[in-house]
Amino acid sequence: MRRNAVAVVGAAETTDLGVIPNLSQIGLHADAALNAMADCGLRPKDIDGIATAGQTPVELAQYLGITPTWIDGTAVGGCSFMIHVRHAAAAIEAGLAKTILITHGESGKSRIGNPMRRVDPQSLNGQFEQPFGPMGPPSMFTIPVMRYMKTYGVTEEQIAQVSVIQREWAAKNPRATFKTPITTDDVLNSRMIAWPFRLLMCCLVTDGGGALILTSAERAKDFKTRPVYILGTGESAETPMVSQMEDFTSSRAFRVAGPTAFQQAGISPTVKDVDHLMIYDAFAHLPIYGLEDLGFLPRGEAAAFIAGRNTAPGGILPLNTNGGGLSYMHSGMYGMYALQESVRQMRGTAAAQVPNAKISVCHGVGGMFAASGTIIFSNEAP
Amino acid sequence: MAEPGRALPVPTPETKHFWEGTAAGELRLQRCDSCGKNYFPPKPFCATCGSRKVSVFKASGKAVLWSYVIHHRPVPGFKPPYAIAVVQLAEGPRMMSNIVECEQTPEALQLDMDLEVVFEKQNDTITLPVFRPAKG
Repeated sequence: MRRNAVAVVGAAETTDLGVIPNLSQIGLHADAALNAMADCGLRPKDIDGIATAGQTPVELAQYLGITPTWIDGTAVGGCSFMIHVRHAAAAIEAGLAKTILITHGESGKSRIGNPMRRVDPQSLNGQFEQPFGPMGPPSMFTIPVMRYMKTYGVTEEQIAQVSVIQREWAAKNPRATFKTPITTDDVLNSRMIAWPFRLLMCCLVTDGGGALILTSAERAKDFKTRPVYILGTGESAETPMVSQMEDFTSSRAFRVAGPTAFQQAGISPTVKDVDHLMIYDAFAHLPIYGLEDLGFLPRGEAAAFIAGRNTAPGGILPLNTNGGGLSYMHSGMYGMYALQESVRQMRGTAAAQVPNAKISVCHGVGGMFAASGTIIFSNEAP
Repeated sequence: MAEPGRALPVPTPETKHFWEGTAAGELRLQRCDSCGKNYFPPKPFCATCGSRKVSVFKASGKAVLWSYVIHHRPVPGFKPPYAIAVVQLAEGPRMMSNIVECEQTPEALQLDMDLEVVFEKQNDTITLPVFRPAKG
């Protein structure tokens, strides 16, 4: 794939975020899609490609009135939308579609049209993990962390700092769910969920959605919105079972997706090359793993880097500037909101705008270190 | 911890030998006859080299505590707080399990502590492998 051949021209979230009792899940997809179309002046008949997760692309195409020549239903958890961006960019370059819509909607809090899924007792997870008492991501995604803490001497206080600093970013964002500042003690004294993880080290559970519209960089010039170019992309998968990760201190999927994207972009994971960074933070340890696995820092150094305020407002590497899944919103598959914040930063319209940001890296996780997708955006024309 | 309500596995043709093993008091792993790799969870081929020539063998039951959380929320069949652990088996593979005959506290649960398998019968077909501190 060529650098900068494809651009995001439409981007929007649902009109509301948080608790949305008046829309079902597919309605959240549609609300975000209509907002994204309005953002760039398109109508459903102008869209010829659709990708989504949570619902099927067939459901969305019919619901929105789209006749696609290209569909993608990659559904690998919260980073599905990063992977959709990657696949869409390749499809546009290959001529399979001209204008691709990617939608996300999730009634994570109200659970309207979003039934609770049960783990199949015949699946490998159902046979070899569920019988030992995990209950969803808070008790699964967190299991590797003790090994990381012992290996690198990282403390609970340092992990709590991730939550504290992201709340500082959220405080600047009127749309963030939680904006009240918190201290390390607030985090450590919050309700114990799965030791060493307290409530404030875990993401929110909210309702919402988001949508993106991509087209060729050439056509992007004709839109009223500022184009945000796709500079590099990567994707990978490791394991659906957290117990079977190769290395509990690092994600193999991150280590494949990230460098693939940087290589394509022709930049390095450094403060010099990257102005703005999003790392999917379903839990407070994810930015730590992400900073190291993307290559920004040597192994074992990310917790001290964050605690040293390098990713905080005013720091050298602004990270999760919307407040992240820990404070902004988290519907279940958060990746779309990380992408939206990267696009806002590249357009210069973010609530906590990074001055003169030209390159944004957006890194997602799916499942519990199961899959990963990385997108590198630029706002400079090719 | 074998209270009613715990999620129980339903064996498949590829995993039947494992669950027959635990019911018979054995922890059964698999080994690739082509490349020698020991592996878990069960499947009829080796994901390291792709060979279908694999054997089932009885593991030692020795392990160390690799990582864990202490869960504080209610789950059917469990009394919080309880540890959800991953153990590293002496033969190489890791598996999720519970730690029994041990306080469920950070002080008692030290990473790399020696463990040994014990078997908890759930019903006529399912026996779960759990681990306790090694008795030497």
